[in-house]
Amino acid sequence: MHSIPGHRVILILFLIFLLLPIYWLVNMSFKTNGEIVSTMTLWPHQPTIANYMRIFTDESWYSGYINSLKYVVINTIISISVALPAAYAFSRYRFLGDKHLFFWLLSNRMAPAAVYALPFFNLYSAINLFDTPWAVALAHCIFNVPLAVWILEGFVSGVPREIDETAFLDGYSFPRFFIRILVPLIASGIGVAAFFCFMFSWVELLLARTLTSVDAKPISAVMTRTVSAAGMDWGLLAAAGVLTIIPGALVIWFVRNYIARGFALGRV
Amino acid sequence: MDKTINQKAWFLVLPVFLVVAFSAVLPLMTVVNYSMQDTFGNNQFFWNGVGWFKELLDPTTDLGGRFLASLWRNLFFSAVILAIEVPLGIVVALSMPRQGFSVAVCLVILALPLLIPWNVVGTIWQIFGRPDIGLMGYVLNSLGLNYNYVSNDLDAWATVIVMDVWHWTSLVALLCYAGLKSIPDAYYQAAQIDGASRWAVFKAIQLPKMNRVLLIAVLLRFMDSFMIYTEPFVVTGGGPGNSTTFVSIELVKIALGQFDLGKAAALSLVYNLIIIIVCWIFYTVMTNAGVQRRVVVDKKGVK
Repeated sequence: MHSIPGHRVILILFLIFLLLPIYWLVNMSFKTNGEIVSTMTLWPHQPTIANYMRIFTDESWYSGYINSLKYVVINTIISISVALPAAYAFSRYRFLGDKHLFFWLLSNRMAPAAVYALPFFNLYSAINLFDTPWAVALAHCIFNVPLAVWILEGFVSGVPREIDETAFLDGYSFPRFFIRILVPLIASGIGVAAFFCFMFSWVELLLARTLTSVDAKPISAVMTRTVSAAGMDWGLLAAAGVLTIIPGALVIWFVRNYIARGFALGRV
Repeated sequence: MDKTINQKAWFLVLPVFLVVAFSAVLPLMTVVNYSMQDTFGNNQFFWNGVGWFKELLDPTTDLGGRFLASLWRNLFFSAVILAIEVPLGIVVALSMPRQGFSVAVCLVILALPLLIPWNVVGTIWQIFGRPDIGLMGYVLNSLGLNYNYVSNDLDAWATVIVMDVWHWTSLVALLCYAGLKSIPDAYYQAAQIDGASRWAVFKAIQLPKMNRVLLIAVLLRFMDSFMIYTEPFVVTGGGPGNSTTFVSIELVKIALGQFDLGKAAALSLVYNLIIIIVCWIFYTVMTNAGVQRRVVVDKKGVK
């Protein structure tokens, strides 16, 4: 009863539509520039891994990936650890200004990054964090923390309140209850929230590019280097693009069983 | 389940409050400060009051003209992609297989575009649409269409819209799928006994059950399409001419390109305000819908 007439065809067409541009990128990354520019080939006729070799051997290229991963990981850790207690508070208690605070948090998720690019530049230069992964990680908190609170609040609300009460009757202190009982109970929720934080921090470019110059340059900014006096180095650009898809694909594969629940934000 | 009133809960919220306030309030104050001043370089600032705001909302000035033009363009873009992505997302969610290994494969492929960095999404479509080296551009041109997103306004728009559909329809589909998964089988069995048609099942069971996730989907898609920057910037650079220059692109041009801090700050504030107002309306509608549903359920429980 779940599906509609012709569902196979619709789904397959849509998946092809999703995969075709990605296939084209992968295809190009294995071609030489000569082949890309001169002929139209549906698969690489002279496959080469020179483009990938260049990225893995040139430090300015692979350090871009390391820098990106650094701020993504820092951001995910900060976001989850501050969002957990807040999610518990929003789910269990009513306090002065709770609804306004929640909306204020959400409104930050909705603020365009372009608005904050310049003030962030000033702010992080002033406190000497400019061009470090910390600057980008903290800047990305502005949209990841509200999202993490939102998702985790749904999962905490799914835990029956009786569990809290029983734990406190058994003499658990609040921090011990939190770490020993609550966190394991919502482990899948934490996984989902971490997935979303990873995702939004990984895909963001504008702030990451504005807040770094040399030492902490993310891969997305390094990619603009492929435009040189000799024209575009398409093969190299495609290879760099393919490598940015891989971490995301790995993360999805690990959380695939939670995706449906995560997208329901734990509360449908 | 009633929540207890406990002001100590503020201690639990405090870390979040501090982290977000550090990243949000301080920069926002800077923006407000800039928006009232004019600068001629050398870090010298002059008081300008509400001058920039007046100019911004007056279409006869250069700044106002550019802002309003990009605003209409952006609203049109958001409307078009919502009109395509929401129905398409529902159809895809309804087409998902029910169980087995294929579900996992479909979910992974659907989620894939969401995890590609936005500039790479732009790069993918930039390459894919090029008439000389891209599959789509090449095929369209060999079919006799004169497709070129660099020089033709209409083609540039079509490319940006198809790109956004490619990038974000999955989000709507996954949200709807999550909503559909939560419908108990008993509902479908009851419908079957009543002899309900496929369309009736969709209208009476599936759509109401997806109500909430659909609101979230529309909310997220509206916000993100209204803030869109990276993808069109990489593909078309806002061109040809200004035809795909959305508000964020215009803003970055003024702020980081021309370093017109006052104008950029005033634009930021108005832009942010529009988004927050729409967000607030959605939020209120969403929470009210939730409350109403709960009331209905309670009444049924009493019977």
